[in-house]
Amino acid sequence: MNRPIRVLVAKPGLDGHDRGAKVIARALRDAGMEVIYTGLRQTPEQIVAAAIQEDVDVVAMSILSGAHNHLFPKVVNLLREKGVNDVLIIGGGVIPEDDIPFLLESGIDAIFTPGTSTKDVIEYIKNNLKRNI
Amino acid sequence: MFDDKKIEEIKAATDRWEKETVSKVISKFPERKEKFVTNSNLEVKRLYTPEDIKDLDYESDLGYPGEYPYTRGVQPTMYRGKLWTMRQYAGFGTAEESNKRYKYLLEQGQTGLSVAFDLPTQIGYDSDHPLAEGEVGKVGVAIDSLKDMEVLFDGIPLDKVSTSMTINAPAAILLAMYIAVAEKQGVSKDKLRGTIQNDILKEYIARGTYIFPPQPSMRLITNIFEYCSKEVPHWNTISISGYHIREAGCTAVQEVAFTLANGIAYVEAAIKAGLDIDEFAPRLSFFFNAHNNLFEEVAKFRAARRLWAKIMKERFKAKDPKSMQLKFHTQTAGSTLTAQQPDNNIIRVTIQALAAVLGGTQSLHTNSRDEALALPTEESVRIALRTQQILAYESGVADTIDPLAGSYYVESLTNKIEEEALKYIQKIDELGGATKAIEKGYIQREIQDAAYKYQMEVESLDRIVVGVNKFQVEEEEKKEILKVDRTVEFSQKEKLAQLRKERNNDEVQRTLKVLKEKAETDENLMPYILDAVKAYATLGEICDVLREVFGEYQQSVIL
Repeated sequence: MNRPIRVLVAKPGLDGHDRGAKVIARALRDAGMEVIYTGLRQTPEQIVAAAIQEDVDVVAMSILSGAHNHLFPKVVNLLREKGVNDVLIIGGGVIPEDDIPFLLESGIDAIFTPGTSTKDVIEYIKNNLKRNI
Repeated sequence: MFDDKKIEEIKAATDRWEKETVSKVISKFPERKEKFVTNSNLEVKRLYTPEDIKDLDYESDLGYPGEYPYTRGVQPTMYRGKLWTMRQYAGFGTAEESNKRYKYLLEQGQTGLSVAFDLPTQIGYDSDHPLAEGEVGKVGVAIDSLKDMEVLFDGIPLDKVSTSMTINAPAAILLAMYIAVAEKQGVSKDKLRGTIQNDILKEYIARGTYIFPPQPSMRLITNIFEYCSKEVPHWNTISISGYHIREAGCTAVQEVAFTLANGIAYVEAAIKAGLDIDEFAPRLSFFFNAHNNLFEEVAKFRAARRLWAKIMKERFKAKDPKSMQLKFHTQTAGSTLTAQQPDNNIIRVTIQALAAVLGGTQSLHTNSRDEALALPTEESVRIALRTQQILAYESGVADTIDPLAGSYYVESLTNKIEEEALKYIQKIDELGGATKAIEKGYIQREIQDAAYKYQMEVESLDRIVVGVNKFQVEEEEKKEILKVDRTVEFSQKEKLAQLRKERNNDEVQRTLKVLKEKAETDENLMPYILDAVKAYATLGEICDVLREVFGEYQQSVIL
């Protein structure tokens, strides 16, 4: 690895629960990654713009409001429209198991549910990057 | 409570016990951990004796229920007179669906309503706003106008129930809608009982549903204080909330400290606006979390009560005893619920609810076992309510007041929590008060540090979470969960289009114009908001007018 992994941690939608997003952001940073956190209430358009501008390797999104089926795929589609296909896209939050197959089909690479260890997220990112860095 | 000589004797005897009895055992069987700590990292000793509370003065530090400093409770007879209000927070989908759930809960013996609004409502967007996409009806009920509110309370007599509404930035508008519905039912404002959360500071800190910047937000809050003191005298005008701050990851000590610091900021704002302390302070109420560490939680509630009483009396010179009484609602801790083996959550909730009752709460929401997965099903909500009823009617814990008083451990913890919380409050005072401390990111950073530390402790197994990092099982079949689909959003949009066609749009424009003009002055906005609401102006339209005048809050991202 020649440079640190760059990650955008994002909160799409109106949900204000950011404890998980912030814990993950810190854990990734402590694991040597460069982390940008968007703050609350980001539209899919804003997230995609930030991902491109910051040239990140990973977009990690968190939703606890139940809007994941709508907002996660929207981010994937917008990234694809902009021709971005080599960014690892992951999501987390209160996400019912039933919804996971749909989200994976929509192009989210992995979904992490409550109780996940930050170590597992770090491992997953390191092993599944789509770019050579 | 003991004389010095007796304390000396006890101290000597305790030392002897450590040397003669304990040391022998410990050399062969070491204790489970080198150091035991509470959730707030307060060290827990092996044994507590009278020496640990040797300076406690019964009369001045504990006193009697219903009397200053209210350590033992705010009511003279507590649950012997009337049990706490069992109030389950509920709301999802459309007003029709939520109305049905409220009627179900009332039939099941619930004694008060607690309304959950969806995020667009909480942030002042109508259901047809682009930012509302995918969020309508998800975490609560969607309310766009007085029309929805009429449906929400259809068939529920507002002079008979007390209603708590978890609404903050647009609290004035939802309160106005509630008043308007009551009027249509023939219930006058002075008969209304309930609470609006109306606590914007903790939105900036932890919960995230802010709209306007701090200054105009504080103005709306003091407008409500003033209006209600005259027009809606039995309404609790604010619920100063530690709940969400704790959910964001802080400790019990920080929960007390940051909540009371916010309380101080509201009191100061109201005084600055020219209100008399004893006019509005009796209607201030609080909202705390109940976590798993039973004794620390009980001590937390007692410490908060005593500390607030002192602040009101000594710092703000309140005269009315009601101004000094910290009345509070409690909700069990959502963040302690696990998605793994969700039935275990019933037991967690029981312990937490017990803490709230032993701590003297005025009302209680018990979480449902499936809330780490989704909104709760009707069956799960019933078990949660039954948990409260079993505590109330079977356990006997409600039969005497403040039963843990006098416990060397609990009294010592109560003192310690008060002391540590006071240190934080002094620090916040030095930073210029809660609003300044939030703007500087101090409070947010303290919470984040605690949250991160907690997560690392769980991952290193210093902290055991049953079913998550120990005692795991292969999860069995999927549980039934409640889902809200997007049809709610589409039907809400249709209803809005209909409303915009049918209402008297000239009257809407007129009332909104007046509101805008008044927002630019120092006048109390409540009457003008009420006029707009009655003309069926939507929540989004009213908030837009205020956004134009007040601007919007920009979050400073702290990591």
